Amino acid sequence: MDILTQYAYIVSAGLFIYGLKQLSSPATARRGNAISSLGMLIAIVATLVGQDIVDFQWIAIGIVIGGIIGGTAARMVQMTKMPEMVALFNGFGGMASLLVGWAAFAFRPDVGTFTLVTIILSILIGGVTFTGSMIAYGKLSERISSAALLFSGQQVVNSLIVLGIVASSIMFCLEPSSGGWLFWVIGLSLLFGVMVVIPIGGADMPVVISLLNSYSGLAACAAGFAVDNNILIVAGALVGASGIILTQVMCKAMNRSLTNVLFSGFGSGKVETSKVEGEIKPIIAEDAFYILEAASTVAIVPGYGMAVAQAQHVVKELAELLEKNGAEVSFGIHPVAGRMPGHMNVLLAEADVPYDQLLEMDEINPRMENVDVAIVIGANDVVNPAARENESSPIYGMPVINVDQARTVFVLKRSMASGFAGIENPLFYKENTRMLFGDAKESIAGLVREFS
Amino acid sequence: MIPVEVFLTFILMLSIFLGFELINKVPATLHTPLMSGANAISGVTVVGAISLAGSGQQDLANWLGAAAVALATINVVGGYLVTDRMLAMFKKRGS
Repeated sequence: MDILTQYAYIVSAGLFIYGLKQLSSPATARRGNAISSLGMLIAIVATLVGQDIVDFQWIAIGIVIGGIIGGTAARMVQMTKMPEMVALFNGFGGMASLLVGWAAFAFRPDVGTFTLVTIILSILIGGVTFTGSMIAYGKLSERISSAALLFSGQQVVNSLIVLGIVASSIMFCLEPSSGGWLFWVIGLSLLFGVMVVIPIGGADMPVVISLLNSYSGLAACAAGFAVDNNILIVAGALVGASGIILTQVMCKAMNRSLTNVLFSGFGSGKVETSKVEGEIKPIIAEDAFYILEAASTVAIVPGYGMAVAQAQHVVKELAELLEKNGAEVSFGIHPVAGRMPGHMNVLLAEADVPYDQLLEMDEINPRMENVDVAIVIGANDVVNPAARENESSPIYGMPVINVDQARTVFVLKRSMASGFAGIENPLFYKENTRMLFGDAKESIAGLVREFS
Repeated sequence: MIPVEVFLTFILMLSIFLGFELINKVPATLHTPLMSGANAISGVTVVGAISLAGSGQQDLANWLGAAAVALATINVVGGYLVTDRMLAMFKKRGS
C-alpha cells in the first residue's frame, strides 16, 4: 500500500483518539465529534488517492447511496427512536465487515492461514452482529414481540450451531479452495445472530445494543486483519472497547451478570413470594398542584414511559414553572432508564433541559431525603424499593433511585399494570406515594395548566 | 523482518487498552452520543471496502466491496451527523 496513505492513517488514528478524548465533557463533545469526522475524511481521501484504486465508478455509487441514506436518516430520526437507529447502524457495520471479509477472500484466495482465520472472524462477528442487530431493531420498534422467546432445547440448538460454525470454519481454513465451507460459515453466523438475541427480553435491550455496538467494532477490527489495514484495527478496537464498557455499566446497573442477561430470559425462573401490603392512593392534578406549589426541592425521575408519551417537552415546561415558583428542580437519571445508555439525557437535552441539571443515580440518592416531591414519570423498575427491601424480589440488589425516601412521591402511570419486567412495585403502596393516573404527557400538561 | 501480522496484533493490543482508558472518562450523560459516534467510527470499514470496490475487475470481490462501501458510508455519514445533532442540544444552564 502507498506509504503516503499509511502516514495519513496515522493522522486519522490520532484524530479519532483526540475526538474521543473530547467526549469526556459535554462542553467539548461536539468539537470532538467534528475532529473525529475529520479523521474519517482524511482516511477515506487517503485511500481513494492511494495506488490500489483503478476504478472509481462503483466506489462513487456506493458512497452516494450510503451518504444519502445515512444523511437522511440522521436528519429525520426522532430522538425517542435513537435506540432503533443505533441498532440498525450496528447491523450495517456488521454487514459491511462481513462483506469486506468475503470480498477479501474472493479477491485473493491464496492467502496464508492467519489471514484466512481473520477472514472467518470478520464474517462470523459481522454476520452475528448483522442479524442480531436486526432482531434487536425489531424488538425495539415492536415490529416483533419484545418478549423473551424461549423454547425447550434452545441451548442444544445453539450448541449445535456453534459446533457447525467451528467445524465449517476449520474446514474452510484447511481447504479454502473448495468454496462451499465459506457459505456454511456465512449462513450459520447469520442464523446464530438471530438465536442469540431472541431469548432476550425488551427490558434488557440496553445491554444487547451495547454489546452489539462492541461487536460491530470487533468485526471492523477483524476485517482490518483480513485486508491488512491498520486504521480499521485501531478504530475497530476503540469501538469494541467502548461497547464493552457500556455493556458493563448496563449490567452493573441491573445487578446482573452478562451471562445472566444473555441466557436466562429475565423473570422466567423466579416466582415472587411476598404480597405487597397497603393501598393505592390516587391524586388529581389540582391536589398535586397544591403540594408542588409548596415544595422547595423537586426531583424528577423519568423512564422509558416518558419517551413513549413524548412528554419531555412538557416536563421541561413544568420544571421551569417550578423553578419560577422558587423550587430547586433536578432530574435523577438511572443508567438503564430508557432503551439504551444515556437515552433519557438526550431526550431531556432535546427539550432544552441543561445537562448540569441531570444527576446520575449516585448523585441524587444521597439528596433524596431532603427532596419535598419526587415525580416519577413512566419509570417503574428503576425506582422499585423492593430492590433494596425484598430479598425474594427478582430485582433484589439492583441499584435503584430511592424516590420513596422523598417526603412525597408522585407516580405518573397509565394504569396499575406492572412494569416491563412484570415485577410488583411496593412503591405504589407506600404511605407517602400518590398515583397520578393517565397518559404521562396529559398528566404533566394538567399540572402545567394548574400553574398558569 | 517482523511479519506484518505481529505488527497488526501489536496495534490491536495497544488500541484496546487505549480505548478502555478513553471511554471510561466519558460521562453517563453522553452515552447515547458515544454509541452513535461509535457507529460512525466503526464505519471505518469503508476504507477497507474502497480498495476492494476499486480493483477495476468486474468480479464478485468488486460487487461485495461496493455493497460494503454503501453500508459503511451509511454508518459514517449517518453516525457523525446524528451525533452532531444530539451534541448540539446539550447545553449548560444559562447558556
